[in-house]
Amino acid sequence: MSRRVLHDGGAMLRLPPFRYFAPRSLDEALRILSDHGSEAQIVAGGTDLYPKMKRRQIEPRVLVSVRRIPELSRIVWATHGGVTLGAGVTLARVLACEDLAIAYPALARACAVIAHPPIRSMGTIGGNLCIDTRCTYYDQTFFWREALGFCLKKGGAICPVAPGGTRCWAVSSSDGAPVMIALGAVLHLIGPHGERTIAAEEFYRDDGIQYLAKAPEEVLVEVTLPREDGWKSTYWKLRRRGAIDFPVLGVAVAVRMESGRCRDARIVLGAVGSCPKRIREAENILEGNRLEPDVIEGAAHAVSRAIRPLDNADFLHLYRKRMASVFTQRALRELTDPPPR
Amino acid sequence: MDVRLLTLNVNGEQHTLAVPVCKTLLEVLREDLHLTGTKHGCELGECGACTVLVDGEPILSCLALPIELEGREILTIEGLMEGGRPHPLQIAFAEMGAVQCGYCTPGVVLSAKALLDRNPMPTRQEIAEALSGNLCRCTGYIQILDAVERAVAWVRERRLILEEGRS
Amino acid sequence: MAFEIIGKPLPKIDALPKCTGETRYADDLQLPRMLYAKILRSPHAHARIRRIEVSRARALPGVHAVLTGCDLPTRFGILPVSQDEEALCVEKVRFVGDPVAAVAATDEWIAEEALRLIEVEYEPLPALLTLEEALRESSVRIHDYGDGPNIHKMVSLEFGDVEEGFAQADYVREDIFFYAGSTHLPLEQHAAVAHYGPDGKLTLWSSTQTPHYVHRALAKVLGLPPSHIRVIATPVGGGFGGKSEPFSHEIVVAKLAMLTGRPVKITLTREEVFYVHRGRHPVLMWIRTGVRRDGTITAMHVRSFLDGGAYGSYGVATTYYTGALQTVTYKIPRYKFEGVRVFTNKPPCGPKRGHGTPQPRFALEVHLDKIAEDLGLDPVEMRRRQIVEAPSLTVNWLRISSCGLRACIDRVVEASGFREKFRRLPFGQGVGFACSAYLSGAGLPIYWNDMPHSGVHIKIDRGGGVTVFCGSTDIGQGSDSILAYIVAEVLGILPQDIRVVTADTDLTPVDLGSYSSRVTVMTGNAAVEAAEKLRRLLFRAAAERLDVPEEQLMARARRIFDRADPQRGLDFAEAAQLAEARFGTLGAVGSYKPPQSPRRYKGAGVGPSPSYSYSACVVQVDVDPETGFVRVEKVWIAHDVGRAINPRLVEGQIHGSVYMGLGEALMEEQTFRSRLGLHKAPSMLDYKSPTPLEMPEVECFLIEAEDPNGPFGAKEAGQGPLLPIPPAVANAVYDAVGVRIDELPITPEKVLRGLNDKARGGSGRVGPKSIPSLAWPEPIRVEPPPEWRDVPTRSS
Repeated sequence: MSRRVLHDGGAMLRLPPFRYFAPRSLDEALRILSDHGSEAQIVAGGTDLYPKMKRRQIEPRVLVSVRRIPELSRIVWATHGGVTLGAGVTLARVLACEDLAIAYPALARACAVIAHPPIRSMGTIGGNLCIDTRCTYYDQTFFWREALGFCLKKGGAICPVAPGGTRCWAVSSSDGAPVMIALGAVLHLIGPHGERTIAAEEFYRDDGIQYLAKAPEEVLVEVTLPREDGWKSTYWKLRRRGAIDFPVLGVAVAVRMESGRCRDARIVLGAVGSCPKRIREAENILEGNRLEPDVIEGAAHAVSRAIRPLDNADFLHLYRKRMASVFTQRALRELTDPPPR
Repeated sequence: MDVRLLTLNVNGEQHTLAVPVCKTLLEVLREDLHLTGTKHGCELGECGACTVLVDGEPILSCLALPIELEGREILTIEGLMEGGRPHPLQIAFAEMGAVQCGYCTPGVVLSAKALLDRNPMPTRQEIAEALSGNLCRCTGYIQILDAVERAVAWVRERRLILEEGRS
Repeated sequence: MAFEIIGKPLPKIDALPKCTGETRYADDLQLPRMLYAKILRSPHAHARIRRIEVSRARALPGVHAVLTGCDLPTRFGILPVSQDEEALCVEKVRFVGDPVAAVAATDEWIAEEALRLIEVEYEPLPALLTLEEALRESSVRIHDYGDGPNIHKMVSLEFGDVEEGFAQADYVREDIFFYAGSTHLPLEQHAAVAHYGPDGKLTLWSSTQTPHYVHRALAKVLGLPPSHIRVIATPVGGGFGGKSEPFSHEIVVAKLAMLTGRPVKITLTREEVFYVHRGRHPVLMWIRTGVRRDGTITAMHVRSFLDGGAYGSYGVATTYYTGALQTVTYKIPRYKFEGVRVFTNKPPCGPKRGHGTPQPRFALEVHLDKIAEDLGLDPVEMRRRQIVEAPSLTVNWLRISSCGLRACIDRVVEASGFREKFRRLPFGQGVGFACSAYLSGAGLPIYWNDMPHSGVHIKIDRGGGVTVFCGSTDIGQGSDSILAYIVAEVLGILPQDIRVVTADTDLTPVDLGSYSSRVTVMTGNAAVEAAEKLRRLLFRAAAERLDVPEEQLMARARRIFDRADPQRGLDFAEAAQLAEARFGTLGAVGSYKPPQSPRRYKGAGVGPSPSYSYSACVVQVDVDPETGFVRVEKVWIAHDVGRAINPRLVEGQIHGSVYMGLGEALMEEQTFRSRLGLHKAPSMLDYKSPTPLEMPEVECFLIEAEDPNGPFGAKEAGQGPLLPIPPAVANAVYDAVGVRIDELPITPEKVLRGLNDKARGGSGRVGPKSIPSLAWPEPIRVEPPPEWRDVPTRSS
């Protein structure tokens, strides 16, 4: 009868029991994480984790909330430009900061199209960067996954997306990740062995299960965006509805122009594979050239050729592949001032 | 079972409760505090029916842990009336036909309140954006947007009248 | 005559409590000692149940009862001809999500754990997941009844000789269409609470649109006398047809309450709601129409193939509905309809807003658009010239008592500038036009009998308070408020003076339920009758006191007074006291039964209605030819509602219908994994319900072609306005980019596929290419009404 305390009066989908810690410092957090090893899971806004826990996709025994750690909630502008965002800064706070939108339009764009307003007031930038990969076979209830036969990512031996293979093809579904890579962001982690920094591009791995180059006991503390330095950026997102939906294609583009020619370019595709994908073939087509329609088109086709989305997200995968080209063109045209034609 | 003694400020009242940490705010509001005005349609953060305000910001109570909300001001639909008088948004929703089955209404009204507190003169597009996480299957949203616009107009008129009175 | 209440945009009587969080929905109810129930569901699309072992679950502390199919073996179903459901499956499971066992425990955690301790041994059977499979694989049988292997129902009706009609045509066109299945997705998950008292009486609170039919099913399955069962429909948090029949979980909690002697609650999870379903049938359609050179229809032949899912539900009625209402918009002198509903191993389909009529309406209105283009005719004028007359009988004997379609068409065409835009907007932009009609309640009850379809009882107390009792169920459409407005109008009081008690089988007279758009017309007529009876008593008593002839009295603004000398009058309460003193306790009843059908034939039960509503709409779209995205810019819609009892509520119904129609036209779809029959998207994230950002501006026009059968002339508004939306969108997409998407939803992928095909020299059409060949039964041949004896002859 001691369980009676759990609830009284309702009927709904619930979280499995867990122990909860809310450390007030990074040291304390690291200690708790190392004490509990693989049973522990870091949580910030919870908007990605809790639904997955309710569906028993992730079943941590211990939750370590990073909300009370002061370092994680700072926004610090460097004197010579560039900004450092604490991983626990909410998406709503990023959006409220006009200076960020001016310096890093792609970031503001991406944050503005994540889910919907309540999720944005709960979810954090760090949480978005660490968001679990998604798959139509994986993001389902326990009942559903059991009926299907569990998949490789949780409890099973095969990946139903590509049953012949040995890997998981769950999709990187962060809007922030491709943008951070395009902006050249650097991530600061702290773990039992000390601090380290890692380029956003290196933070992701092409594996639906081990999708982050971050040990479970490491904490993502902050993200540093380099000085604006002439870079212009934007983000285009494909999804069925104007709100709520995760990206099934994200195109982050940053370019730096010099006397009418593209000096540098970064094109990063999100939600078409297990990690965000930087398309250097396309960047090479742009660099050194005027962004004339044929150049843009060439880059867009290179993007489309370089990606191989699979049939495990909304929209047909071939459609997503084709849209990658369309969205890249639109993003580049948006950044080309004045627009060609 | 990790159970904590928590004091929550809900609708301006302090409630001290023994809460298992795994219980969401939605569960505590409905089951412990019997504030069943907060609805639930998916419990996964996909429908917006359980929206409440925390320090004025809309959040999904189905994805929030009470243990993280001590010392914060939680406002549910029951707390929106003042001195027994409905909030202008509540009156506008009732008058403009914004309520059909009513199940999404508490969440929608609270999302709208958060918007108006931040931006007292929103455009229709801004209202739609602010309510984009609150699904409604009855109204097609039109009379909901009408109602929010009506409430905006009332609040503005009232302020104008007050200002005139002062001058 | 000017009305006081009718026609005013008053707030609903239950709106404020819904805005303040006071309204108690089923899941908000809490009773002392309450237990929580959970249902174990089948993970197989089709399997035999070999063995169920529940002893471990039963032994779990906190578990109070465990049920399996053998505890509730009596079959039930909404239609008397399809009693094919079991509260918990006995021998076989027929879809992923079919209920198999249930537990009641002290909390949901224990209940869930107990489910995991139940062992079910299944023998998987081949699963039939498509219409074609179900028709082809006759060795596998999902049910052992029906009109053929896996054929639930097959119908064939012919009104006049269609071949004679086609022979008179200058032009005959055939088309094939597909309309995908979709679900209601009410925000409120189904929930029910049962209480069984020591007096042997059962009370069930449930989120249901049809407490009367739940009452019947409980009595049948539980074996209790109906007099010992009370069903109370709680305020329904969204229905749209999805809560309009008895459900497994309602029977299960009732049985669990009886076994445990404690109240038991169940609330389905969102995922379970997708499995319970009863949503829009996926329908494949073939339509053939003969017309004269000027577009005048000479004959029409329609075939529909319904993928019914695993159980009967309303399916027999749905099948007929895919054919019945084609005739009530345009004059069709010869008509043939063949329809078939098959069983498949998927969640059962049933009635969703428009019940079986949006699919053929989509087919018809796109088909007519194509015919108009083929013949070089104006698509509006072609339709407008052949609108049905009122009063008249259609070729299939449906009685049209009023029709405001011409006015509907004129309003939307003018307001939208359709004629200036059609085929003239730049590439990517387009306008589409469509019309439709719907019924205001079914002419026949589900259980054929001679009793009223709706009853209203009104009592007046000594303080002038009025209470209205009616079995109707407010599902958000405002039926409680409609009762209050109507009674207030007749008695000359205000809606806020009235208490409305509804949807309680112990307290309220039977109303059949909130389905088939019947409530305003049927409860409204019953309420008028009851209120007029009381008004006569009040007038008689007042006439004596005031010494004024009864006929000269008037009731208005809480007074009863002399029409000629309004100062001379009484307060309503005073009149009530006089009347009570004179006649005894004041109460009256009213009842309503629709007019008899003009002709009886097999299949004539579906289609007749006291009246038909009409809609016309123009949709303007912007199609992105690079992405295939269709953005609806604006919708102009006119709806002939007979009379708007409350125009704001009517507009709300129109907006909601437009919304749901747009969802079905563009994104909503029930999809399944092909091998396993698993629902692909049983969540509110993956099932795409449009947000405020997808909703276009909607300009509404209310047309009031008063109907003689409606209260104050009113007709329905809740379902009809959905019907013209999908075809108008499809026609607009064609106008914008020249591709015909003959298959809903019109997704960006399909638009691009059409554009690609066109770029490669194809027609640009996307849609089904063939229909299954089927041995249709000999049609039941029905002689048309006398006015249809002649077919318009071929142009010279």
